[in-house]
Amino acid sequence: MNINFEVLKELYYRALRIRLIEEKIADLYSDQEMRCPVHLSIGQEAIAVGVCSALMVQDYVLGNHRSHAHYLAKGGNLKAMLAEIYGKKTGCSGGKGGSMHLVDLSVGFLGSAPIVSSTIPIAVGTAFGTSLKGDNQVTVSFFGDAATEEGVFYESLNFASLKKLPVIFVCENNLYSVYSPLSVRQPEGRNIVDIVRGIGIESLEGDGNDALQVYEMAEQAVKKARNGNGPVFLKFDTYRWREHCGPNYDNDLGYRTQAEFQEWKKRDPVNLLDVRLLENNILGRLEMDIMAETINSEIDEAVIFAKQSPFPEESMLLEDIYAS
Amino acid sequence: MDREIKYSQALNEAVDLSMAKDPSVYIMGLGVPDPKGIFGTTSGLQQKYGVNRVMDMPCAENGMTGVAIGSALVGMRPIMTHQRTDFALLALEQLVNQAANWHYMFGGKMNVPLVVRMIVGRGWGQGPQHSQSIQSWFAHIPGLKVVMPTTPYDAKGLLISSIEDNNPVIFIEHRWLYNISGTVPEEYYQVPLGKARIAKEGKDVTIASVSYMTLEAMRAAEMLATKGISAEIIDIRSLKPLDSETIVKSVKKTGRLVVADTGWLSGGISAEIIAKVTEQAFSQLKCPPGRIALPDGPTPTSQELSKYYYPRAIHIASSILKMLGHSPENIKETETNIPFDVPDTTFKGPF
Repeated sequence: MNINFEVLKELYYRALRIRLIEEKIADLYSDQEMRCPVHLSIGQEAIAVGVCSALMVQDYVLGNHRSHAHYLAKGGNLKAMLAEIYGKKTGCSGGKGGSMHLVDLSVGFLGSAPIVSSTIPIAVGTAFGTSLKGDNQVTVSFFGDAATEEGVFYESLNFASLKKLPVIFVCENNLYSVYSPLSVRQPEGRNIVDIVRGIGIESLEGDGNDALQVYEMAEQAVKKARNGNGPVFLKFDTYRWREHCGPNYDNDLGYRTQAEFQEWKKRDPVNLLDVRLLENNILGRLEMDIMAETINSEIDEAVIFAKQSPFPEESMLLEDIYAS
Repeated sequence: MDREIKYSQALNEAVDLSMAKDPSVYIMGLGVPDPKGIFGTTSGLQQKYGVNRVMDMPCAENGMTGVAIGSALVGMRPIMTHQRTDFALLALEQLVNQAANWHYMFGGKMNVPLVVRMIVGRGWGQGPQHSQSIQSWFAHIPGLKVVMPTTPYDAKGLLISSIEDNNPVIFIEHRWLYNISGTVPEEYYQVPLGKARIAKEGKDVTIASVSYMTLEAMRAAEMLATKGISAEIIDIRSLKPLDSETIVKSVKKTGRLVVADTGWLSGGISAEIIAKVTEQAFSQLKCPPGRIALPDGPTPTSQELSKYYYPRAIHIASSILKMLGHSPENIKETETNIPFDVPDTTFKGPF
C-alpha cells in the first residue's frame, strides 16, 4: 500500500490532539466548573479526523450532540470551544450554546445540535443553498447510528438524492444510542447502507477506527460531490469509550460488556496511527512525545483562557433572540 | 398606482416583487407551481423565475423546513408554503428547536431569514385537520415572529417585510380572506412587523381582533353603531412582536376591551393580550375584558355544527352590549342568503 506520509502525520496529529483535549475535559469535569452536558468522542476520533482532513476550509460541516471532534477536526478554535463549555462570554457561542452548540464560521463549522437527526436536513439545505448560488462547497453531515431511525433522515436523503446535492452523510455507528444497543432498535442483519442505496445514494462502509481508510473514502466522496455527481453516504463502525454523556467509563452499568470494550480498545484509533507511523519510520517515539507535549501546552493555555474569561453579563441574557 | 385587487393576488405580488428585487429569494411548497398555485398566490411565478426558485417539493414538511433553514444559513431567503397550517405541524421540530433558536444559541453569529406561510382553513367541512388556528403556539416561541394580515394591503406589505426580515417569520393567512378585495399599490412597499393597525376609531369599547375576526369585528361595530355604541377596532396584524402599546392606548381611551381570535379560547393569544392590558391599564378598565374565540373543542365537519362553532359579529356585538349593561336581545343578526360554512356566495368548495 502506498502511504502518503504527510497525510498520515497530519491525521495522527489531529487525532492525538482531539484525544488529549477530550481527556483533559474528562479530567477537569469533576471540578464542576464545566456546567453543561458533555458527550465525549474518545475512541471515535478517526472518523472526524479522516473526513475533515479531506475537506477544504470553506467546506461546511454540521454536527450533533457529540461534536467536539468534528469541530476540532474542521479547525475550530480550541480556546473558544473550551470557553463555551465553561459558559464564558468568550465562548464560540457566547456562552449561550455550550458543548452541544459549537460553531466556528471561519472554518465552515456551521453548528451542532443534539436533537437526533435534526441537523441532517439543515446540512442538505446548506448544500442546496450552495448549489442554488453556484458555489462549489461541499457539506458534511455527521450523525450517529440512531439518527438513521428518525423520519427526517429519510426525508433529507430523498431530497439530496433528488437534487444530486453536494453533501456527504457520515454515519458514525458506535453501536449504542445512550444505553440502547442496535439490537433493540434495528432488525438484525439489515444494514443501513443497503437502505440508503435504495434511496439512490452511493453508500459505502468502512473501518471507523482507521483514520487513513476514512480519509481515503472521504476524499473520493468529496471529489464526487464537488464535481456535481451527487451525495455519498459513508457508514463507519466505531466505539465510544466513555459514558454516553459525561467524563466517566460506565462498563459497570452492565448495558455492554467489559470484554466488548476491551476488544474495541485494542483497536484504538490513535494508537493505530501511532503504530503505523513508527512501523514506516515516519515519526519516531521522541518526535511523537514532543508533539504530545506541544499539544498539552496548547491545551493548558486554552484551559487557562477559558477559566479566566469573564461570564456573560446579565444584560446579554435577552440579547440575540432576534437578528436585526 | 393603487387599484383594487384580491388578498390572494396581493400575496402573489409580494412574492413576485421580492423575487425580482432579490435573487436570493426563492419559494417552495407542495403544489407551489401546480395549476392551482396555492389558491393563486404562486401562479405564474415559475414561468417568470424558473424551476429552481419556484419549486414543488417532496411531501416532507419537516425535512424540507430543515433544507430551507440550511439554505438560509448560506445566504438564501426561502419562503415555504403550506396549504394548511395543520400540515406545518410536521415541521414543528425544525421550526421550534432549530429555526427559532439558531440565532441565539450560536451567540448571534448566524441568521435564519425564513418565511413560512400557513393557511387557516374554515368552513365547507374542513374539519379537525384542515382548519386549526394555532397562532398562539408559535407566538409562545422566542425567536419566531408571527404575522396575520387581514387586508390585501397588509397581506402584500407584511409579506414583503417578512421576506426582508432576518428571522424566521410564521406568516399565517386565512382562507376566508383570499377573496376579499382592497386597495393595493402596484409598487414594492413594506408594512412594518410588530405594529397593530387601527382599523376603525371609536370611543366606547376596544375590539382587538386577529385576522379574519377583524371582518367580523367590523360587522359587529356596524350593529353596535345602530345602538349608539362606538367601537374602536385594532387589527393586531403582528402577534409576535405584539404591539401591546397600541392596544393599551386604545383601552385607556375606551375603558373596555374585547379580544376576537380565530383560535381556541383557552391558552390563546386573547389571554395574552388581556394579561398585557390588565397589567398596564387595570385602573382604566371599566369592566372585565371579554374574549370571543373558538370553544375548546376540535373543529366539527358538519356544516350544521360549524354554525355553532365559529363565533360571528353577532357574538362580538352581544358581548359588548352586555358589557355596557344593555340587553343583548336588543340586537339581531341581519338575515343573509350566505350559508354559515362559506365566506361568500362565490365560494363553491372544495377547500
